[in-house]
Amino acid sequence: MQEIVHILSWILLVTGGFLGITGGVGILRFPDFYTRLHAAGVTDTLCAGFILIGLMLQAGLSLVTVKLMFVLLFLTFTSPTATHALAKAALHGKLKPRFAAAPGSTDKAVKKRTKTRKSRGTTSDKKGARPSQT
Amino acid sequence: MFIAASIAILVVMGLALIRAILGPTVYDRILAANMFGTKTVLLIAVLGFLNGRPDFLDIALVYALINFISTVAVLRFFEYTAQDTDKEKT
Repeated sequence: MQEIVHILSWILLVTGGFLGITGGVGILRFPDFYTRLHAAGVTDTLCAGFILIGLMLQAGLSLVTVKLMFVLLFLTFTSPTATHALAKAALHGKLKPRFAAAPGSTDKAVKKRTKTRKSRGTTSDKKGARPSQT
Repeated sequence: MFIAASIAILVVMGLALIRAILGPTVYDRILAANMFGTKTVLLIAVLGFLNGRPDFLDIALVYALINFISTVAVLRFFEYTAQDTDKEKT
């Protein structure tokens, strides 16, 4: 029984470390702020969850497990909130995605959208495929 | 086992630090700093287990809270300063 818990926590810790390295490589190599946000935001929560659950299995039933659960609770609440706030602030700060609809792009949906925007009379093509701020 | 996890976390912290230094926009830097803080919380927890004295978890808890609050505060600051500069331009 002890061995099973040990091996399980080993697997969880290694998976958490792998996910963390994936997020680190993603944050370093992705071309755009929003893609980097995706890489960091998705892997952060899962990496923290795996590593903390692995540590909980090591600690057994004690006060340490309760503290680890509180850390996990805080991280699962705050990490997506921080990611959301970052995306909102970047959109607010007029930061465009790198591959947003350029005026000469070949995508049909983008063309249709720019056409309707032109027919509506607004001249600002540069806003691209950014979702409207509500 | 704990050494492997802590080395992985340290590698991630190094990668996040590189992005924080390179980052073209200020949002990239904030994102990297936020990730660095999260990984610091994990590193404190894992290092406590590595030393056999998991008493540092209180510090990890406080660090998680301070990291979130600092991220949101810096974001608020840059959001409103960006708006103000836009108003000045128009």
